[in-house]
Amino acid sequence: MKTAVMLLTTATLALSAGAAMADTSGKRIALSNNYAGNSWRQAMLKTFEETADKAVADGVVAAADAYTTSESQTTEQAAQIQNMILQGYDAILLNAASPTALNGAVKEACDAGVLVVSFDSIVTEPCAYRIAVDFVEMGRQEVEYLSERLPEGGKLLEIRGLAGVSTDDAISQGIHNGVEQFPQFEVAGAVHGNWAQDVAQKAVSGILPSLPEVVGVVTQGGDGYGAAQAFAAAGRETPLIVLGNRQDEMAWWAEQRDANGYETLSLSIAPGVASLAFWVAQQILDGEEVPKDLTVPFLKITQDTLDEQLASTPVGSVANVAYTLEDAKAVIAGAK
Amino acid sequence: MQTKYRILLPVISLAVLLAATFWMQPRTMSYFGVNLLFNLAVPIALATIAQMMIIMVNDIDLGMGAFVSLVACVVATFLHDTPVLGTFMLIGLILSYAAMGALIHRLELPAIVVTLGMSFVWGGLALFILPSPGGASPGWLRALMTSKPPLMPMAVVAAILISIVTHLLIMRSGIGTVLRGVGGNTRAVQRAGWSVIWLKALAYGLAGLFAVLAGMALVGLTTSADANIALRYTLLSIAGVILGGGEFIGGKVSPTGAVIGALTLTLASSFLNFMRLNPDWQIGAQGAILILVLTARLLFAKREVRT
Repeated sequence: MKTAVMLLTTATLALSAGAAMADTSGKRIALSNNYAGNSWRQAMLKTFEETADKAVADGVVAAADAYTTSESQTTEQAAQIQNMILQGYDAILLNAASPTALNGAVKEACDAGVLVVSFDSIVTEPCAYRIAVDFVEMGRQEVEYLSERLPEGGKLLEIRGLAGVSTDDAISQGIHNGVEQFPQFEVAGAVHGNWAQDVAQKAVSGILPSLPEVVGVVTQGGDGYGAAQAFAAAGRETPLIVLGNRQDEMAWWAEQRDANGYETLSLSIAPGVASLAFWVAQQILDGEEVPKDLTVPFLKITQDTLDEQLASTPVGSVANVAYTLEDAKAVIAGAK
Repeated sequence: MQTKYRILLPVISLAVLLAATFWMQPRTMSYFGVNLLFNLAVPIALATIAQMMIIMVNDIDLGMGAFVSLVACVVATFLHDTPVLGTFMLIGLILSYAAMGALIHRLELPAIVVTLGMSFVWGGLALFILPSPGGASPGWLRALMTSKPPLMPMAVVAAILISIVTHLLIMRSGIGTVLRGVGGNTRAVQRAGWSVIWLKALAYGLAGLFAVLAGMALVGLTTSADANIALRYTLLSIAGVILGGGEFIGGKVSPTGAVIGALTLTLASSFLNFMRLNPDWQIGAQGAILILVLTARLLFAKREVRT
């Protein structure tokens, strides 16, 4: 008996001292997702599944299951989180239906000793970890890129997202910050493209006749291709359109590049952020000291990486990247 | 005998579902587990009682979810920041519900249309008060909803309390009998010398009161609100009343059954979650449970007629 205890202690010591992997092999992780109705969320669930299946097969964790609510309602997701506590999960990854209305359930989870890592749509409850997206910075970087390409500046067209959604406000805020930083630019007009090609095309077609010459189009993703179509239909020269990683946008970009050497930048958030959340949770379960607030890097596609990304993105989907344990460690190290 | 049957079926369905849940997920069989299973059922039970008050007088309320959301927004903002003003606003909301009842009766409007229309008013007001999710739960409310009474978890104590109070109010008291009478046979009540418009206003006012309690309980659990927080409650509350033995033919309701119905619905979705059923199938499965219980009730009722 004594020897067994000794052995166990030694084993535990050895584990905590050295290997990071084995500590979490008995842990179970759940993904609580509120919505699965668009290509981004579908890609997110798929990436999570791939990461999770591999991690389970490798013995990194005991289980990693994804749950999606059927009606995307906060009360429903709160119940889902409480059920996960009862199912005995050690960690809950959370893409939340509301930043605040799940706080009660999240607190229940924390009090029960369950780790909560929210990502993409994060929660404000202080006991949860947050992997947030710096949308303001994303908007600013768009203008920064334009300033590198077009140092003499000019007028810009801004395509916004869905009115009243915080993401739209944040990206637009960033774009306007960028314009302040690079005053050679001026936003000549703005339309709402609702992150959809068809809506963006209609909106841009509507505003184009009233616009002077536009040198660049700043977008929020999902709207670049529609904008390009609208410019072509109006018979105007295609300006520099910053794209948002959608497959149709990249296909159009590649086509333009081959035809006339078109050059631009594409940036957005990779749905694979779910796999980043998975590895961050694994690291926390492993005993790693992790700050409560982390930031997801954007997925940037440049002229050099276009072909590679286009080839790996299915039609109708969005460019993705499956984050690895090393990526998670880099994000954690970057936030410390 | 009939009222006894009415309560028997909801009790059996809850017991069966509870047994299945305990068997599938033994962790739930504890003080902590039962509380987590049922604490979100407390606001649903209160909303179901509110809906029952309306169904009792032969109407139906399609604005319940929006109204509870509005209450939640008021509780998370005004009641938290300025308790006196918040209290007056909540009382005002209850009175406006009573006024809605009187209006529906006076102008002989279909309740289904008025309540649906009002749901947009409630929703708009909620957005006006809380344009983006936020607010905070008053400390005492949070403490109440997360309290840990001895012997039984808060959720169970609350469910028992709600059913006893509403049972006494609706099934035992004189005014409760008259209110049920309004749904059963309005003309008879009128001939007996009662003012139906006041009775309807009272029924709607009681509905407003319980809906306010539902919103408060919800905020106590979630700690904050958003304008769409309780939209599901409209259909959940109707389903809860029916599941609990109520009928769309006015006057035939059971408060205890309604509370049990709300618990059953909550448990059903947890059960489906534990089964790891694909979410696309979950709504359908919930519907199937509802239809199953109603079918069982119909079979009961038919047998009763035969014997």
